[in-house]
Amino acid sequence: MNELLKLIENNARYEVKDLAACLGEEDDTIGKQLEDYRKEGIIAGYHTIINWEKADVEITKAIIFVSCVPERVAGYDKIAERISRYPEVESLYLISGKAEFLLQVNGKNMREVSSFVAHKLAPTDGVNGTETMFVLKEYKKYGVSFFEGEHDDERLLVTP
Amino acid sequence: MIFDEEINQTIRYMKPSGIRKFFDIAATKKGVVSLGVGEPDFITPWHIREAAIHAIEKGRTFYTGNKGLPVLQEAICAYYKRKFNIDYAPKENVIVTVGGSEGIDVVLRALCQPGDEVILPTPAYVAYAAIIEMAGAKVVEVDLKEEEQFKLTPEALKKALSPKTKAVILNFPGNPTGGIMTKEDYAKIVPILKESGIFAITDEIYAELTYEGKHFSLAGFDEVKDRVIVINGFSKAYSMTGYRVGYILAHRDLIDMFNKVHQYTIMCASTPSQYAAIEAAYNGDDDIEEMFQSFRQRRNYIVRELNRIGLKTHMPQGAFYVFPSIRCSGMNSQDFCEKLLEEENLALVPGDAFGKSGEGYVRISYAYSLDEIKIAIEKLEHFLARHS
Repeated sequence: MNELLKLIENNARYEVKDLAACLGEEDDTIGKQLEDYRKEGIIAGYHTIINWEKADVEITKAIIFVSCVPERVAGYDKIAERISRYPEVESLYLISGKAEFLLQVNGKNMREVSSFVAHKLAPTDGVNGTETMFVLKEYKKYGVSFFEGEHDDERLLVTP
Repeated sequence: MIFDEEINQTIRYMKPSGIRKFFDIAATKKGVVSLGVGEPDFITPWHIREAAIHAIEKGRTFYTGNKGLPVLQEAICAYYKRKFNIDYAPKENVIVTVGGSEGIDVVLRALCQPGDEVILPTPAYVAYAAIIEMAGAKVVEVDLKEEEQFKLTPEALKKALSPKTKAVILNFPGNPTGGIMTKEDYAKIVPILKESGIFAITDEIYAELTYEGKHFSLAGFDEVKDRVIVINGFSKAYSMTGYRVGYILAHRDLIDMFNKVHQYTIMCASTPSQYAAIEAAYNGDDDIEEMFQSFRQRRNYIVRELNRIGLKTHMPQGAFYVFPSIRCSGMNSQDFCEKLLEEENLALVPGDAFGKSGEGYVRISYAYSLDEIKIAIEKLEHFLARHS
């Protein structure tokens, strides 16, 4: 059923009957499958991709590298869990390379994000260093390009 | 027309394409929703576009050899081996052409002499009949029937044969019907091809869009392979229509003859496009798979929806078209499409544009996003509610 997941990954707004038609299945089968996915946490949530700049809403986003020391038994998971609880953290990845974690953090403005780093993130147990990079502009998000004209249909109306 | 008498009389009396005529009407209107296009809606995958750009940046913009870049010839042969398990030699059996279209023209001009007949199963892609006539041969139409899933049957082929038959054109998966020929279907006509000794020109441009099971190429039958001429290209499988890269695969003695026509007509296919095609052939399998899945989903969707709104539609096995009968409306194809355009601003292609046997049908393309298909279905539903 990966095909179903792929379909809704790219467009969460498809209706059950449309998904069923695309996959050649009964509506009920697909409805139940989706329900199961939600229960199992395979479908973990739904979001809308918003171009905030276009909406003229100011938000501040930062990418933050976090270095830390792993704990004896839990490794990195415990620290990750602690960091992930902050609502400011939009995404959190364990990475290879110069730091242990990569975070995307959202705030209303630079001061809010700075304050989050200084007063919440950096003092977290196990964290021994952070490097904050503020995002200046978003060009592409979740596979969607914000450049104009990228998806225009330039085909002729009728061709052989 | 002041030049009527002087001009080539075959051209003078050639009917303009029914699609062209329909396009001209549609183009005068604003806000037209169309399911009338014969090319994929996907933009060429970026790595392929980038290969063309890179070629231009590097100054790879000179003529190539007539038969195409050697690396591309190798890539094409490797592709046919990998996908269909058919052996062709890069240096002997391949010509890279300007789209499949040029391949069809080159082959027919090289094969046909005045008086020859070419069997054309119809409804068919609009260019075949015109090219046969321009090559000086006569078109012998064979009707493909809906109740036979638009397949070419041995009986129909036999009936069309005459001592003058030079070749038969096969296009499976086909435009406009979406019909396919399986290995078993071909096995029934192979003895006829062998016995008659005619050439079989098999246009496999939609090969990658075969939904149930894998595409089987007629060239896979060793007993007729020498007389099978494969036309294929990059347009439909990789969404590269505007690049104009196709190819001919055939016996080397035929290739030498075809190459004479090809070299004096166009010299070689576009060089940057050939570089893009190399990238596609070697690194494009995942792109094919992704687009294939989308097309299959849309096919399932549109067939279910058409049947729901009362247009009885069979599930086509290939390409990206459905070809439903519109007899329930009591109109002929032209009237149906013109009225639909006029009343609902929706453009479909009348079936008779693809030959007389297409009368009573329309071609609906599903090379569109699901949202676009939805809007079109709604329009069609309103139209049918008034007219059937």
